Amino acid sequence: MTAFAAIVSRDVRLAFRAGGGSLQGALFFAIAALIFALAIGADIATLSRLAAPILWACALLSTLVSLERIFQADAEDGSLDVIVETADPLEVAFLAKAAAHWLTASLPLIVAAPVIGVLLNLPAERFAPLIVSLLIGTPALSLIGALGAALTLSLKRAGVLVTILVAPLYAPALIFGVAASGGPDAPMAASALLFLGAATMFSLIIATLAGAAAIRMNMN
Amino acid sequence: MAFITDYANPEKFERLARPLTPVLTSLAAALAALGLYFALFNSPADYQQGESVRIMYVHVPAAWMALFCYTAMAAASAAGFIWKHPLADVAAKTTAPIGAVFTALALITGSLWGKPMWGTWWAWDARLTSVLILFFLYLGYIAIWEAIEDKTRAAKIAAIVAIVGFVNVPIIRFSVDWWNSLHQPASVIRADGPSIHSSMLTPLLLMGAAYMAAYAAMLLVSMRTELAARRLARLERLQSERVSGVRAE
Repeated sequence: MTAFAAIVSRDVRLAFRAGGGSLQGALFFAIAALIFALAIGADIATLSRLAAPILWACALLSTLVSLERIFQADAEDGSLDVIVETADPLEVAFLAKAAAHWLTASLPLIVAAPVIGVLLNLPAERFAPLIVSLLIGTPALSLIGALGAALTLSLKRAGVLVTILVAPLYAPALIFGVAASGGPDAPMAASALLFLGAATMFSLIIATLAGAAAIRMNMN
Repeated sequence: MAFITDYANPEKFERLARPLTPVLTSLAAALAALGLYFALFNSPADYQQGESVRIMYVHVPAAWMALFCYTAMAAASAAGFIWKHPLADVAAKTTAPIGAVFTALALITGSLWGKPMWGTWWAWDARLTSVLILFFLYLGYIAIWEAIEDKTRAAKIAAIVAIVGFVNVPIIRFSVDWWNSLHQPASVIRADGPSIHSSMLTPLLLMGAAYMAAYAAMLLVSMRTELAARRLARLERLQSERVSGVRAE
């Protein structure tokens, strides 16, 4: 547990103190939303209807661009060697890295989401379901994303490859996330939220086991 | 099990695979010829779909093979991962492009079938969408093999990719089905009837067997090619070591 807390607090401090990584993530999220709005057009009614799907797609895209460095920086400066040597089990260290990624990459987006929601004319009753769906669904994005990062940590330029590997696996989280943010009056929103939770729990198991194995394979 | 461990030796495998390749190739050709005869000349046109139902005989087996190859790839990856069977990695690696081509074939023939049936090349139908995602999973697996230079490491990492992908396929399928039932456009006519008549089932099964034999033949050829390429790379390295007097690594 102390190892878990140590890795999380180290990564969070690194992210917030070195180069404003987290702020950039939220900025990317906002700019992605701007791109969608510019592409779709200024029609308020259309934007309002598409606001929740756009916000979910932007959260997914911002997660994708933030994945590459999760393990790469640690592999380059040798701290991943120390983590692999000392972590017992390595799965806990993987989980800590994924948790730190969620805290530094996803949480700022969720904080920024209501503001972007206002800009996109998200209907008032949709704000709470959107935030809840993001809170429940984005951990799945971080976990599967950290698995993709672990698989490619030995590569020099892994950004596009991580996206190719990870994006198809994001389909369930995206589908249930968008459906769950549909609001209480939309059909199946409650069951979508349950399925979204199930997708996150499933990612928790699969990504942790496979991610730790991938780190072991890449480090020896 | 003894049979499997015996053929871990590439030379023993080569001795088995070399004569087996032409046998499987001719079997695939014969089955495809017979199946196509039944499909094109000896089966009825559908009362609803007319002659275009015959696309089914190339389309449905391709979709079967798309799933079968992914399963085979994941099973071979697991075997390579767990028992360190040297040929299992080769089988998994060489299955991927074949499976990706079957998947592309299923998508293309499905699209060609969709045009007369649904009036559009592409509908975001649950099956089409999940097969498209399966296609991307194949491409990701191929890409990771390409990206990692060290082949032993690439085999292990790619095995994780294949197994994780395989475990996720049913979940993706379920979520896409669920997504589709939310957005199902009313105009789409479902291609699958309640049951299939034996006059249509015969050519379908023959074509399925032909595809399977073709897969086995192509797998043997590409496995032999891969083994030969690895042997060549090893010999070239030894040669350059001998000439330069410097050992790599």
